[in-house]
Amino acid sequence: MKDLISITDLSIEELQELIDKAEDIIENPDKFCDKCKRKKLATLFFEPSTRTRLSFEAAMLELGGSVLGFSEASSSSASKGESVADTAQTISCYADIIAMRHPKEGAPLVAAKAANIPVINAGDGGHNHPTQTLTDLLTIFREKGRLNNLKIGFCGDLKFGRTVHSLIAAMSRYEGNSFVLISPEELRVPGYIKKDVLEKNGLPYKETDNWNDMPELDILYMTRVQRERFFNEADYLRLRDVFILTVDKLADAKDDLCIMHPLPRVNEIEHAVDSDKRACYFKQVLNGKYIRMALILKLLGIE
Amino acid sequence: MTIDSIKNGIVLDHIEAGKSMEIYKVLELSKLDCQIAIIKNATSKKAGHKDIIKIDSLIDINLDVLGYIDPGITVNIVKDGVIAEKRHLSLPETVTDVLKCKNPRCITSVEQELPHVFRLVDREKGIYRCVYCEHKPKAEA
Repeated sequence: MKDLISITDLSIEELQELIDKAEDIIENPDKFCDKCKRKKLATLFFEPSTRTRLSFEAAMLELGGSVLGFSEASSSSASKGESVADTAQTISCYADIIAMRHPKEGAPLVAAKAANIPVINAGDGGHNHPTQTLTDLLTIFREKGRLNNLKIGFCGDLKFGRTVHSLIAAMSRYEGNSFVLISPEELRVPGYIKKDVLEKNGLPYKETDNWNDMPELDILYMTRVQRERFFNEADYLRLRDVFILTVDKLADAKDDLCIMHPLPRVNEIEHAVDSDKRACYFKQVLNGKYIRMALILKLLGIE
Repeated sequence: MTIDSIKNGIVLDHIEAGKSMEIYKVLELSKLDCQIAIIKNATSKKAGHKDIIKIDSLIDINLDVLGYIDPGITVNIVKDGVIAEKRHLSLPETVTDVLKCKNPRCITSVEQELPHVFRLVDREKGIYRCVYCEHKPKAEA
């Protein structure tokens, strides 16, 4: 495997290999601190995403490597009209690996075809964001010790949330998982995800507009209702406030429930929940750095 | 109705009735100088009706394009008045620059020189998706 463009580029075995490597890094950080010495990561961010970019940069720095790049299109040659392919080919001459975020879907694939160094898709529009899914999988594995036989609740914007779609697709590959999809009717999971992923794999799922299934959940994945998806501010405000996770809603939840969120959050998780031991979203951020370290090592062919 | 048989050329047989003009356009047959016969609604034992195209020249045909438009077509290569080769088509794994991706968020919408490539994702249902953004082609594409 040269690049990571979509989470489906990885087999179950490769996913597990990355998770195992990330756990090894967490347990033995000193072993890895010089692994990428003299290697350079180029972060090509054609649209800003501070969180993802810093996670990649922190990952490379912690492996002893260095980073270069840009954080918005206006500071790259794209503003002069250079193609993605040309940019990727040029950067190949400077760096050893690329992490790329681009507003257009498929841009990282174009870069991967043009570059002779590995390219990691760090998000292409509303399409793929495989390192977020890797982060989620590592978090689930670390918290639950497995990726199968789990009941996973997704809550919030299930219509536009690509992290939700990718995680449903990823978790569908493991046996015995079932899904509870909690959202207002307007923000339900798109039909093709239900048909092509859930029903095709014969996975049980339930759509609901209430919290009644909370006691049975192993994972609760909360998402933000994204303002930029709405034409009408009133609709946004109404839907944003429908599902807010509060401490009292967790009263009947399992003791070992794992509450996740890709962040940033707005108001969908009350701050008081942060001190609950079941809140895993900041651990998730940290896991994001570790899994990116594992991924960089794998793509650079470093043991 | 009688149409002369060809000596050296290609016969596209078992075209789904009504699709011959689309194939004529896509294969750019109008650019050829040789004789071409388009037979519409010919009687077919299998399908009731079919279209046939006879091309009086041995040209190179993009079989992927043809297979995408109608995988039921039989391509007969005629040499010295006899059928030298018979090819049955199937849906190709990928088609390049046959369909246009209409997704405004796709990278192909801003980078004009990129080839529009679609990959077959479901052979049974004949579903193709753009390799860049995974959108399905629009019907009129």
